Amino acid sequence: MNKIFEVPLYPYERHADQDASTPARHKVIVVGAGPIGLGAAIDLAQQGIEVLVLDDNDKVSFGSRAVCYAKRPLEILDRLGCGQPMVDKGVEWNIGKVFFDERQVYDFNLLPEEGHQRPAFINLQQYYFEEYMVNRVRELQEQGAPIEIRGRNKVEAVGTHDDHVKVEVDTPEGSYTVEADWLIACDGAGSPIRSMMGKDFIGRVFEDNFLIADVIMEADFPTERWFWFDPPFNKGQSALLHKQPDGVWRIDLQLGWDIDKEREKRPENVIPRLKAMLGEDVKFELEWVSIYTFQCRRMEQFRHGRVIFAGDSAHQVSPFGARGANSGLQDTDNLCWKLKLVMDGKAPESLLDSYDVERVHGADENILNSSRSTDFITPKSDMSRVLRDAVLDLSEHYEFARPLVNSGRLSMPCTYDGSPLNSADALDGPARTRPGSPCPDVPLGDGYLLPKLGGKFTLLTIDADAPDVIEEDGIEVTRLALSVKDDPTLALKQRYLGDNDSGVYLIRPDQHVAARRPSFDENQFRAAIRRATGKE
Amino acid sequence: MADLTLTPNIPGPDDFYAELLSVHEGLEKSDSDALNARLVLVLANHIGDREVLSQALAAAALKKD
Repeated sequence: MNKIFEVPLYPYERHADQDASTPARHKVIVVGAGPIGLGAAIDLAQQGIEVLVLDDNDKVSFGSRAVCYAKRPLEILDRLGCGQPMVDKGVEWNIGKVFFDERQVYDFNLLPEEGHQRPAFINLQQYYFEEYMVNRVRELQEQGAPIEIRGRNKVEAVGTHDDHVKVEVDTPEGSYTVEADWLIACDGAGSPIRSMMGKDFIGRVFEDNFLIADVIMEADFPTERWFWFDPPFNKGQSALLHKQPDGVWRIDLQLGWDIDKEREKRPENVIPRLKAMLGEDVKFELEWVSIYTFQCRRMEQFRHGRVIFAGDSAHQVSPFGARGANSGLQDTDNLCWKLKLVMDGKAPESLLDSYDVERVHGADENILNSSRSTDFITPKSDMSRVLRDAVLDLSEHYEFARPLVNSGRLSMPCTYDGSPLNSADALDGPARTRPGSPCPDVPLGDGYLLPKLGGKFTLLTIDADAPDVIEEDGIEVTRLALSVKDDPTLALKQRYLGDNDSGVYLIRPDQHVAARRPSFDENQFRAAIRRATGKE
Repeated sequence: MADLTLTPNIPGPDDFYAELLSVHEGLEKSDSDALNARLVLVLANHIGDREVLSQALAAAALKKD
């Protein structure tokens, strides 16, 4: 059977750059055609910036890999023009079950908040995710957008200069040199670019191995997330069962530290484990098996002059809580509008330092959350295990213990509290929309709020007057005028006004709040625009 | 007469749990056990209500009513 991840999607082709007598200069080179690299490239190309993606491979991800995509990344993908196929294909679920030893201790319903266009998250194999992004790249190319992917183009060396970056690229037909004004390194946790530049990557190693398997099952298991602590079929360890599209199930089995990885990966050793888990009578086919270990760590700085790291190359987390791809897309969403303004000369280069501040904050939050989940799932001391088991025992009987059970916390976007781009909060409004927050969605009768905000600076007015357009030092801000009456569910009022009768929000291109006040004040908002673009 | 609270009552449960683990970090098992015992007594004194304490003892024993 020919699987999608076995077909080259961007096969190697010789390019004129390889025969150039002096190296060609590009605007931006993105290294890595995974979800984050493709996200960066699509974002830049949509803004009219010429971008070249280099990848050492020519296919989408092998195996399911990153499988959970949260609401925020889906909203970002909508702006990148590829959210819909992901949501159409992805599996949504709300029910989770927690097992301890031989018994189910409780189940839960996520009960996602209403009034959002996108679900709390979907399960989707990474290969589909990447395929839809490549489709979007092809669509942009047909429309004449300046975006290109070169497969089997492996970066071998990086030279950094004050005003450009030079890279040596190896191909099946030999190597060539190419330059760019900017380079975005999205080359994964093992980032060769990071190693070539000799940059740090410090953090905590978790001494554990996990077997992950994609299994095609005929059984009629419900669309639920099942998590086992210390199950009879994997004594002393944990296990996870998750549904993906096409009747493919993702299974994660904790194996412990002292194991023979090659031996554990062999089907004759994997299949008995899965049978013990799923039941002897369940028919299944093994599609993909891998063993992973992980660390929680990050680079001290994500920006190094004209080389900027995004996604796993900049920060690595444990897989519990789905914070890898989800946070990487928030990185590029944060970066690309800033880079565009800097490249257009509409903002100082120092605006890019706010990418460091904001996304380091995000990475630290993700590392903290995923380390805690890991400590709960794989206790590292006797007392840690005693307490963990006590929580699980109590959770079967008492509701109070259930919030303490941690088998991975839902990936939520971070609020950039304390960011230099925020203006002081001048509205006594809801905390969830304070400056630095990602805008929560709201139903608006004929659609939703977030698509109306789009990907540019917006002045959102709710029952307040303001000019239709403000231009401040090259930055154009257009008004989106709404009234609480536009949303009969009152979500707009609850999420953006609270007890106030009116409100005016300055919203950044990445849909984070930069400033808010009860009414429009020209001087204050002009200052807020300057601050949000690194000019104050 | 007060009733024992058995619904979620701790804001930021993950922060609390991490702090609970952190006080045990690096301790020998016997020292950890002793710490837990002291913690039970400190919390019991804070609660004070004898009826609630009796309910708590029964709840922790996982005895069915």
